[in-house]
Amino acid sequence: MVEFQNVGLRYGTGAETLSDISFTLFPGSFYFLTGTSGAGKTSLLKLLYLAQRPSRGVIKLFGEDAVTMPRRRLPGFRRRIGVVFQDFRLVPHLTAFDNIALPLRVAGVPEGDLAGPVKEMLDWIGLTERATARPATLSGGEQQRVAIARAVIGRPEILVADEPTGNVDPDLAVRLLKLFSALNKLGTTVVVATHDIHLIGKIGGAQMMQLDRGRLSDPTGALRYPPKPLVLGA
Amino acid sequence: MFRGRTQSAPNRQLMPEGRLSGPMPWVIAIMVFLTVLAAAAALTLSSATTSTGEQLSREATVQILAPDPAVRDREQRAAQRALVQLPQIVRADAVPPADVEALLAPWFGGGSIAEDIPLPALIDLTLARPVDDMMLASISAAVLDVAPSARIDADSAWLEPVLQAMQSLQWLAAALILLLAIATAATVVLAARSALGSHSATIAIVHLLGGTDLQISRLFQRRMALDATFGSVLGFLAGAAMLVGLSRQLAALETPLLNASTFSPWLLAPLLGIPVITVLLAMLMARLTILGALRKML
Ligand SMILES: Nc1ncnc2c1ncn2[C@@H]1O[C@H](COP(=O)(O)OP(=O)(O)O)[C@@H](O)[C@H]1O
Ligand SMILES: [Mg+2]
Repeated sequence: MVEFQNVGLRYGTGAETLSDISFTLFPGSFYFLTGTSGAGKTSLLKLLYLAQRPSRGVIKLFGEDAVTMPRRRLPGFRRRIGVVFQDFRLVPHLTAFDNIALPLRVAGVPEGDLAGPVKEMLDWIGLTERATARPATLSGGEQQRVAIARAVIGRPEILVADEPTGNVDPDLAVRLLKLFSALNKLGTTVVVATHDIHLIGKIGGAQMMQLDRGRLSDPTGALRYPPKPLVLGA
Repeated sequence: MFRGRTQSAPNRQLMPEGRLSGPMPWVIAIMVFLTVLAAAAALTLSSATTSTGEQLSREATVQILAPDPAVRDREQRAAQRALVQLPQIVRADAVPPADVEALLAPWFGGGSIAEDIPLPALIDLTLARPVDDMMLASISAAVLDVAPSARIDADSAWLEPVLQAMQSLQWLAAALILLLAIATAATVVLAARSALGSHSATIAIVHLLGGTDLQISRLFQRRMALDATFGSVLGFLAGAAMLVGLSRQLAALETPLLNASTFSPWLLAPLLGIPVITVLLAMLMARLTILGALRKML
């Protein structure tokens, strides 16, 4: 589903932020990406959700080379990836409803078919009453839930979440993780970046990827020896 | 309802609409207003120059300068007879002495001046085609045979400097229009840049959610088109009102060059192109600016 081979990323002319990153993500798995602040988690995820091109190496996404892919094909790939940004990135002048509906509108879903799924999402994140609220009037946790709803409404094949539990109290953090886990059980590949080691034990069967100053280690060996190698080489 | 439409643009509400964004609509209104005035001036001058020039180019005057009234009368009649025979001449009208006196009266003061100064006898000619030196020479030759004291002048000769000045003004107006067009284009580019700046977060989000360059640029084009339409319509209406008022004043002013017939409301028809072109220009510039900025993103 996703394959990184010797990927390096350098911002400007400085040292490499990411070096020799190699891993494979398998469909339907749940991954945690851990590492201290500044280790390069966000940078790695940016490569994954096509916001950044690597300086070197190969990235394969859904079986295609994402590095040399022409620009005009990128939007189609981005629509297959749901992203919860570290800073949410909600559109400030749009209501919670419209923010959640955005991916569907971008994908060209007719207006008449929007309301059902969006209301379902609002219900799922418990914000039905705040449907017409703008992000500025929502609490941090509420904004985070809207950001998550927006990331998953398009039923993406991969869900990427960058520190999705950073702004919420521990109870809500666990609830959000359960939510991701539920999506994962429905077949979505999930990648969650977090610096909070305690969260990782809450999801059974999750793989862990650890970043240390731009280098990836594989403490559980899951990246090299995947537990479910069913789609290998497909 | 507009299924094709919703599929091409994510949402018309994606960019905040419904209110004017900053000074751009007003600047465009001023530009369009000035352009309408400059274009109206150019068109009026051009129609005045051609119609006056064309009319004058078919007119010439024969003066019989003989000082002796008897000789002058005889030469005038002979010249007129000879002139009407010529194929280049449609009409040859002897101007009555009283009219000549009336023409000159403003320069000589009132009273009968014919007795003090010998006035020339005049024959007004209407020509079959615009006058040129060859034609003038051949008419002159025919007249001099029978009226040795005759002199012939094309009426356009004395207006030549005026017509030339009017032509220069026309060029000036055209240059102004060009400058205004450049300034309008620059305004629109700046407005598109500032819109890009104030909406960059939204653009980045829509981009990362898989919005295509075309979808995003369409949103902007719509935004810019709304502002430009408001400005253009306002500027055009103000310009048109100004022109109608001016034409009323000109109608009261009875000069041969600028009168009611040289400015007419039909002049406003081609001027309608100005707001239309401005809106199209705004949309094009918005599109190019946004596409240029998007191309710098991955
Ligand atoms: N756009 C950027 N330009 C330059 N340096 C950057 C940029 N983004 C991140 N970095 C640097 O890359 C390193 C890794 O940052 P980041 O990927 O955000 O780490 P993390 O998400 O693990 O905290 C940091 O040293 C940061 O300063
Ligand atoms: Mg980060």
